[in-house]
This record gives sequence, structure tokens and C-alpha cells, in this order.
Amino acid sequence: MRFSDQLETRIATMLTHYPVKRSILVPTLLFVQDEVGYLSDEAIAEVAKRVELTELEVRNVISYYSMLSLKPKGKFNIQVCTNICCMIRGGESIFDHCKKKLGIGHKMTTPDGLFSLEEVECIGACSWAPAMQVNYDFHENLTAEKVDAILDDYKRKAQQ
Amino acid sequence: MADAPKLVNLTVDGKAITAPAGTLLIDACKNAGIEIPSFCYYPGLSVQGACRMCLVKIEKMPKLQTSCTTVVGEGMVVTTENDEIHQARKSMLELVLANHPLDCPVCDAGGQCELQDMTFTYGAAESKFVDIKNHRDEQQWSPVVYFDRPRCILCYRCVRVCGEGMDVWALGIQQRGVSSVIAPNMEDHLECEECGMCIDICPVGALTSGAYRYKTRPWEMNHVATVCTHCGDGCVTTLGVRRSDTGMEIMRGDNRDKSGINGDFLCIKGRYAFDFSKEPERITVPLIRRNSKLEPATWEAAFELIASKLKEVRDRDGGQAIGVIGSNRTTNEENYLLQKFARLVLATNNIDHHRTADYPGFVSALAGTQNMTASMRDVASAPAILLIGNDPTEQHPLLAWQIRNNVRLNKARLYTVNSNQIKLRRQSTVFHLISAGSEGAFAQFLVGNDSAASSVGDPQALNSLRDKLRGEQGLVIAFGSEIRGEHIKPLVQFAQSVGAKLICLGDYANSRGAADMGLYPDLLPGYYPVSQLTGSKDEDWMGKAPKQPGLTLQEMFSAAAGGRLRALYVVGSNPVARYNLDPFALKNTFTVVQDMFLTETATLADVVLPAANAYEKGGTFTNTCGDLQRLQKAGDVTTVKSDFEIIVRIANAMGYDVHGLVPFAPGLRADMGQTRGAESGEADRHKVWLTRQGIEPKLSPFDPLALLDEIQRLVPGYEVSRLNLMAGNDQHTQVPDIGSGELPSHPELIVPSEDTLFTSGTLGRYSKTLNSVMENDRAVPEDAGIPAD
Repeated sequence: MRFSDQLETRIATMLTHYPVKRSILVPTLLFVQDEVGYLSDEAIAEVAKRVELTELEVRNVISYYSMLSLKPKGKFNIQVCTNICCMIRGGESIFDHCKKKLGIGHKMTTPDGLFSLEEVECIGACSWAPAMQVNYDFHENLTAEKVDAILDDYKRKAQQ
Repeated sequence: MADAPKLVNLTVDGKAITAPAGTLLIDACKNAGIEIPSFCYYPGLSVQGACRMCLVKIEKMPKLQTSCTTVVGEGMVVTTENDEIHQARKSMLELVLANHPLDCPVCDAGGQCELQDMTFTYGAAESKFVDIKNHRDEQQWSPVVYFDRPRCILCYRCVRVCGEGMDVWALGIQQRGVSSVIAPNMEDHLECEECGMCIDICPVGALTSGAYRYKTRPWEMNHVATVCTHCGDGCVTTLGVRRSDTGMEIMRGDNRDKSGINGDFLCIKGRYAFDFSKEPERITVPLIRRNSKLEPATWEAAFELIASKLKEVRDRDGGQAIGVIGSNRTTNEENYLLQKFARLVLATNNIDHHRTADYPGFVSALAGTQNMTASMRDVASAPAILLIGNDPTEQHPLLAWQIRNNVRLNKARLYTVNSNQIKLRRQSTVFHLISAGSEGAFAQFLVGNDSAASSVGDPQALNSLRDKLRGEQGLVIAFGSEIRGEHIKPLVQFAQSVGAKLICLGDYANSRGAADMGLYPDLLPGYYPVSQLTGSKDEDWMGKAPKQPGLTLQEMFSAAAGGRLRALYVVGSNPVARYNLDPFALKNTFTVVQDMFLTETATLADVVLPAANAYEKGGTFTNTCGDLQRLQKAGDVTTVKSDFEIIVRIANAMGYDVHGLVPFAPGLRADMGQTRGAESGEADRHKVWLTRQGIEPKLSPFDPLALLDEIQRLVPGYEVSRLNLMAGNDQHTQVPDIGSGELPSHPELIVPSEDTLFTSGTLGRYSKTLNSVMENDRAVPEDAGIPAD
């Protein structure tokens, strides 16, 4: 399997940082997921070969981290925090609002493949609770209206 | 060599103990007789620190510490048992039990479960948890491995033994926290060596054996430790046996007491491949050919017929018209008895067996040396190992285990020279790939014959390898049958120059024993050549053996085809399939076959006798390294007889006084003072020897120990401690020093068995487990041929 030149450079650089190859496993998986969309069987086999681990070992690591996914996700992965601070500030109703608005549940993807929804633990934005993360972008101090605007914004972005 | 580690003084439970620096506290306590409970800690595997059962109180440390991760320190004061610790362990058990089902009454591990034992010890049977237990259905991961997820306590032992111990890495751990789960490498099934180590090491009943599950309970069986009947490594397997309609049925094989040379190890064959013994196709009554059909008969009729025919041929055509083929899987006593029977009763030296290694060549090469063979235990501790040829992972699984663990635990250096990319290259310090057939040239190169290097490979790499090997102290050299005949000598010379010890690898459970016991047409037990016997042996029975070397196995078949071999007696061997011999060669030869199954050879026989296998009799085996071990009778099928008994009964039916074969009963030639004393040669040498050893004469002519007495008396190298042997310990025998001269070795007659991890000649052919694993895992190559022996 071939990765983009950019990713190849990134992997090559990372390899120089550690004494053993397996050390780059977790960041490599994350970057590969960003590029491929998810960790396909092919991607796992390729990563395993590059870091000299068995596919089983790579799968073990993937299964440990909830941010690594074996299934394709929507273009925009919405991660709503419902951990303590967000929960107190209404995080759960934000999550419910998202469910209703998108018509999908936890760890599901809209039929158009645009959005995936996930209820997650603390994303470190407690000071601005309730908060959610869409791919790598944070959205804070949420209200139902704000969420609507954000989702519409992403929809527009996708059409451009 | 590094200096011995410093000793550290500490106090445990008020007792002053010392341990070498670097020892784990749990080990130090165990050595001092203080047991600390644990699930995840396992000697010889990496430290996990997962179960928190081994918590102890160490003074000046704020919290309870895990003794499996703590290294002993000078002046440490440790408490291993008090109320706080007891409560902590009880709480840990409660957490472990939170999801553990209470199905002990049906669980395979019930009665031998570490969790059960601990729960009894700490009284954690009652739980504060009210949540419903997580249930998952059990999964079959391979024909022999089942996984019951809810029973798993996540100690990681299986993951570590599979990866670190076996270098298979087929098990992993997925998810995290409370959802963690052991996972097989192929998502829903395993592709591995099917050794079953994960099952043996599982402290609970999470991993269970396909062969044994739900069949019986541990307390309903007797457990008999005996020697595995498959490859030549000589692992001790503990067979669980239970009374059945036909005698004693073998229910399972495992590694219960771990006292054998194999320690923790057993491969698939030692663990599961006992099932040939209950295969329906097994012959259980004697068969006699009547009207060209093999029909059931009584033992008496069979013995009478065999005796009269053998006597007729011997008296009419002489001993040279009779051939005897022995087995690689019968005991030393049976092999010894068989050749004695051939030489004394049948008056022939026409005796041979399927040769898988050049032991006579090895003995010749070692002439004039002493103590130059390594035992299987040496492989686990030698600082360096040179492996030439063979693929131990497939053919000598225990040897491979010893090597791997020696490399892993003691940083031993492994030098591998092979014509294939064998798996042990992963452990090798130096792996040198050579072209097939150049192993002998490599041996020549080792002793300085630089011109031999050209056919072996890159001279520079070879030179550097040789330099490294020359610098090794305490090297162990193991070589496969690729090295035979003239090539063994240079290897021995090299070993001598660096003080190395050697292992000559043979394929079957008692291949070495068959060689040592003289299943050769030209060699007596102890490698005495039949034609030039001298000294005191000449005055014993050996002096009465014919002096003319007999026919080899192949020569016997050509003699049969030429009408010169009138009778053939085959014990536990299938030469027709093994050597692809012409079955019609035997059409005018009276053939007796003693086996468990109707093999290609047995179907041609005039009489077939149902024989017991190695799990159904006592005796001794010598493994490929020369380690002598005791077999104990585990299984029993009432209608079959051991090869030992059959041979004695045939001799008896032929009118031979069996005292001359088996020295049994006191006073067979009692020395009442009439003789002229021991020097005259008329005294009963055997009785004198027994008295000197303080051994009682055996009372039964069917007692193999009676012949072990004689073997120990007459076969040089077998004078090992009887006490240790009987206690179940392996005893390394020495190769007899033949002084000068060459033994006839016939390297061209050596045919390796080519068995893999999942095949084992005839036995493998009739093992359902081995077959099911092969169907599951491996494509059988089309040219694999007929498995035999």
C-alpha cells in the first residue's frame, strides 16, 4: 500500500526519533487513519510490516484507543463530550440534539457519509463547557442554536 | 564471565533470608519457603504486575507493594501475611470474581483451578456486586483450543507464553479496562503451532483443550508421568487415565508436574497425540492369514504358528534365512530383547531398523574422547549453541524451546547454519544460509579446511563465523542427519578443539535407544562389532551371537525377492511404505508383523500381532541426546500385549529357555559353591552384578526391568544411577569409547523421517487430533508420501 509523499516523509522522520521501530506505531496509525479515513485491513497490514509487528499486535493497539477506528467514518466526526463539566453544563442535551438533528445515534454515520456522531469522554475543554470536537476543531460554550449553525456550516463546506 | 551477583540480606516475616541482588521478592520468598500467591507472575516469563495478588507490606514504603515487580533490597523488612494484606487480596479476588461465572461444576479446570484455590484460601466467595455478570459465548479457536471469555481473569500468562516462550505471538490483548479480552491472531481463530501451552498455563478454565473438555474431571483420573512417544526429544507427558470397558483409557496429556527435562514445555504431539491408542482401526486381536485373508485368531494359535514356522526355517535354511526389523518406538529393553532373540534364538544377525541418524558414525567419531555429548538440559544453559542442519521448531520442538529460552533468558548466542530459512533464525546471533547438501563441507571448513568454504558460501562471512565459534567457551553443537558418515569426524575434532559438546539429532522417540541397543546387522548393544568381539563380553551371551554380519533392511528385502529370506519378523515398523519397497518381494516369505495398525507392511503379513504402544508399558527410552528416562504404564487395552511379552512368548513357544533371554527369578544358575568362582567364567555374572548393585532379581520373565539390569551391566554408558532413573529423572548416558577403529555406519541407509510439528509417522496418521489440525491449518504437500514408522 502506498501513502502520500507527505505521510511517507512524516513516517521517515518519526523513525529517526526512536531507537526501535514500534515506537512510531500510535502516531503512524493516527496519521494513516487521517489519510485513509479509517484503518482498513490493508492499512493495518502495511503499518504492521513497516513497524515490524504482527497484525495482531497492531490490532491490539488499535482496539485500545477509541480514536482509532476500524470502520469508515463520516467526513466530519462529531465528538460530543458528556464528561462531568460538560454534563453539568448541558452536554448530554447537546448530544441528544445532535442525535435528533442528524437522525443517527452513538458511533453511527449519516447515510450521505457526511457526519459521524460519537459521545466521548473529556476532551480537555472543561473551561468552555459544554464542548464538542469535529475532526480536530473544537467548538465551545455550545447551545442547541450554536450546534445547528456549526452543522450547517460544515454541510456548506462539504458542498463547496 | 560476569562475577556472581552480590547477596542481599532481608527479613521476611521475621525470618532473615538472603538472595542474589536482582532477584524478585516473590522468588526470594519462594526460595526461602514462603509462598506468595499470584496469578499473573510466572517464572521464566516477563513480569506483568496485573493481578495484584502478590501484595506484601514492605517497611518504609507507603502502600502495599507487588512482590512480583519488586527487586530485593538490602535491609528490606517484608511482611507477607497480615490482616491488611489478607483484606487486600480478598478484595482483589472479589474484583476478579465480579465477572467470573460460577460454573465450576462444569468447568474443565474445576478441581485444579488456581482461582478456586485462592477463593478458598481468602474466603472471597461472597460478592458485594449486584450487577449482572457479562456473558459471552465460548469460542473455538482451533481444533484443540477453546476460549471461554467470561472465565478469563486477564493474567496474560497465555499471551506471554505464546509470544516469549514459543515465539509464535498468536495471542494478544484487545480493548481496555473492564472490556479487555484475549484475542487470537486471525480475529476469530488461531493460526499457530497448536502447542496448547496457553491451555496448560491458564490458571482458570478460560482456555480449554478440545481433546479433553467436558470428558472427565481431574479427580476421576490417575496421572501417570511417562515419556512422549513421538519425536526424539523425550519430553515427559503426564497422562490422565481413567478406567474404561477395555482397560485404562487415556483421557488427556499435559504437563502437570513440570519435573521432566521439558519443564513447562509440551508440543501438540505430546499433549494431544495419544489418541491413536483409541483409534477404532487399531488391531486388538491376533490375525492369521487363512485362505489369503487375515482372520482373527487366539494368541496361542498365533504363537504356535509363528514358533513352528520360525523353527522350521531356522533348522532347515539356517538363521541367515530369517530377517528381523525393529522399531524406533519400542523401549530399550524391547530393542535389546529383540536383537538378543534374533541372535540367540533365531541364530541370525539379520536385524536392522529404520535409521534416521548416523549414531554408529557418531560413536566412531567420538572414539577416544570422554564426556563429549550434551544432554537436553545443557541446551537450556549453554552460553552458546551451534545448530547445523535440521529444523528443530518442526522436528525437535523441545530442543527449539530450550534454545529459544536460553537465548531469551540467559542471552545465549545461537549460531545457525542451515540450507533453509528456518524459524530459529529469529533467535540466531549469526544465521548462515548455505546451499543444501553442503553441511558436511561446513564441518570440514570448521577444522581449517578452507578450500571447503567455496561450496558452502561467502568465505568472508564463514571466516568470521568460524572465528566467533572458536572463541566460544562451553559451546553445544547440535547437528541433523545432514551430517553423517565421514563428516561427523571433523565436527568432533572442532568440538574437541573448543571444548564443545555434541548432540546428534535422530527423529523418533527411541531412535537413539534402537541404535544403542544394537538393532544393527553388524553391531551388538553398546556398538560392539559382531565380528570382532573381545574380552569379557565374549564370555557373556554376546559371545554366542553369530560372528558374520547380517543383512541390512534393504538387503533383507532383496534377499526375500530372491527367495533367500524365508521368514521376516517386523516389530513396530512399516518398511514397505517407508522405503517404498516392492510388496511382492515378501510373497514367499513367512512374515510376522507386530503393530497397532494394519500398515502397508502388516497387510502383507501371515500373522499380525496386536502390540501395545509406548503409553501402555513400562521400560526406558533414550532421547536423541542420550538422556535415559523411565516409561510408566498409563493406558491399557486388555487384549493386546507389549512387544516385550510377545517376544518372550515366541521364544518360549519355540522351546527356548527364556532364562537365557531375560535374566529373571533368583538362582537360575545358583552358585552353590560347586563352581570354581567368578573368574572361571562359570559363575552367574548377572547375579554377581545384581548383588553388587544391591538389586533384587526380577520374578517375572515379562518384567522389562530384568533386562534393564542386564543393559546396565553390559552396555557401556548406561551405568547411570538407578535410583534417579526410577525417581523419574533423566539420566545422561555416555557414548561408549570404542577405542580405535571404525564402526560400520552405512550413512547411505539413513532416511530422515521428514516429520513436521503435526505429523508423526504411523502414529500421526492414526491421530485424529493431528489430522484435524492439519486439515485446519496447513495444506499437506502432494508429495508428502506415506507416513510410516
